[in-house]
Amino acid sequence: MKKSIVTVVGKDTVGIIGKVCTYLAENNINILDISQTIVQGYFNMMMIVDTAGMEKDFKLICDELKVLGDDIGVRIQCQKEEIFEKMHRL
Amino acid sequence: MNAMINIYEVSETNNMIEHENLDVRTITLGISLMDCIDSDLEVLNHNIYNKITSVAKDLVATGQDIEKEFGIPIVNKRISVTPIALIGGAACKTADDFVTIAQTLDAAAKKVGVNFIGGYSALVSKGMTKSDENLIRSISKALAVTESVCSSVNVGSTRTGINMDAVKLCGEIVKATAEETKERDSFGCAKLVIFCNAPDDNPFMAGAFLGVTEADAIINVGVSGPGVVKKALEKVRGKDFEQLCETIKKTAFKVTRVGQLVAGEASKRLGIPFGIVDLSLAPTPAIGDSVAEILEEIGLEKVGAPGTTAALALLNDQVKKGGVMASSYVGGLSGAFIPVSEDQGMIDAVNAGALTLEKLEAMTCVCSVGLDMIAIPGKTSASTISGIIADEMAIGMINQKTTAVRLIPVIGKDVGETVEFGGLLGYAPIMPVNEFGCEAFINRKGRIPAPIHSFKN
Repeated sequence: MKKSIVTVVGKDTVGIIGKVCTYLAENNINILDISQTIVQGYFNMMMIVDTAGMEKDFKLICDELKVLGDDIGVRIQCQKEEIFEKMHRL
Repeated sequence: MNAMINIYEVSETNNMIEHENLDVRTITLGISLMDCIDSDLEVLNHNIYNKITSVAKDLVATGQDIEKEFGIPIVNKRISVTPIALIGGAACKTADDFVTIAQTLDAAAKKVGVNFIGGYSALVSKGMTKSDENLIRSISKALAVTESVCSSVNVGSTRTGINMDAVKLCGEIVKATAEETKERDSFGCAKLVIFCNAPDDNPFMAGAFLGVTEADAIINVGVSGPGVVKKALEKVRGKDFEQLCETIKKTAFKVTRVGQLVAGEASKRLGIPFGIVDLSLAPTPAIGDSVAEILEEIGLEKVGAPGTTAALALLNDQVKKGGVMASSYVGGLSGAFIPVSEDQGMIDAVNAGALTLEKLEAMTCVCSVGLDMIAIPGKTSASTISGIIADEMAIGMINQKTTAVRLIPVIGKDVGETVEFGGLLGYAPIMPVNEFGCEAFINRKGRIPAPIHSFKN
């Protein structure tokens, strides 16, 4: 398993989760966990995903998710899990 | 098994990166040039160029990959090399011979795409060889004819005392470098550092070089994050010192862990051993990336006010305490940097009349590194510059710490004027210097003996 974190931040609108999930499914990326909050009217979602099965290069996935975010009008980021793991776990 | 990362932790990290200027300041690849040595200058230059461009060929691309995959900016990718006075000794008969090596380093840096290359250096804390002296005398020209080359001279240490002949010469060289680059506001001096107790593994420019005790190639990483500490401290405003210090420690830990991760990744991907993480709070001129603002958040109206030295001492110490556990190997300069031109809060404090050269000197007793990026009047004499260097070296020697001087005597400008260096180097108001002389002191020959506490055998 190769865990990564997908975050989506922006103004709430219809279908955000659907579009992101569709993209992930098309690229054979498995969603392990989803959490979501609304902070001051802003949509804030985090997915823990497994990228072990994907065929594309990780950097390409980052780029394509960013473009998808631009289309929806939100900011989507995909980062390898270690940066959070290192910072918040001993 | 650790609990899974939650949304608040993810938001905290990304907020630090997006809004609080968290970044990795530099991945610095240290490259030994020992195996390039030849008595033929042309062969030597050829060897140096080939070694750097082959060892560092993937450095920039690898850094960019890590940035993208982890979503953390890595501001600089840089190279440090073995002090050139040692490498060029057999081939360089004159100062101008050394300048050709500077040009080779510059060309190699350009080829691999790094913005600075450090190690145009001499280690002369006890004495100078002819080669050391030629290199030092070549610095002004070398820095004028190259873009990315950085130079440093170690003129003292706690073990050896201070080489006052080198201090005198370095004052003259700082002045000469200012003259050689006067049409660019004496910019050359921003690339020249005079050290006491210089570390072998410092990743930060302009003082980085790869010491002779180091391996053939090594990855050293410098972290940063003054903005993150400032934001964290806003939440404990008015609380006691225990809570203040705990907050700094925890934040330094988090920031350093990112540096450790990046260092490990870079090392693995490049197949080059990991050396150290340098736990430094390195400011930039960007708003919200200032060490001065941290000190003001701790409770000073302006940096330079009474209490500044104490506030900086605790900041520096807590950064180390938090950072040490976050990394398996810590080294370099590790502490809070207080460059004037690279820190908007410092610039504001100077402009407000709160911060003087003398107060900055006191601050250097308790932090890394020294009198850094300070613009002074161009008319300042070489002997006065040597006097300032000597004072700073004495602080390092007696306190067993690294100290450094990076002064810019801006030719043609005086107090009340400003100098602009651009980019990470920022801009600076020209600060007044005590105008009483010290020529008779500087003109004495020889060295200041090692202090009594150096005899620890």
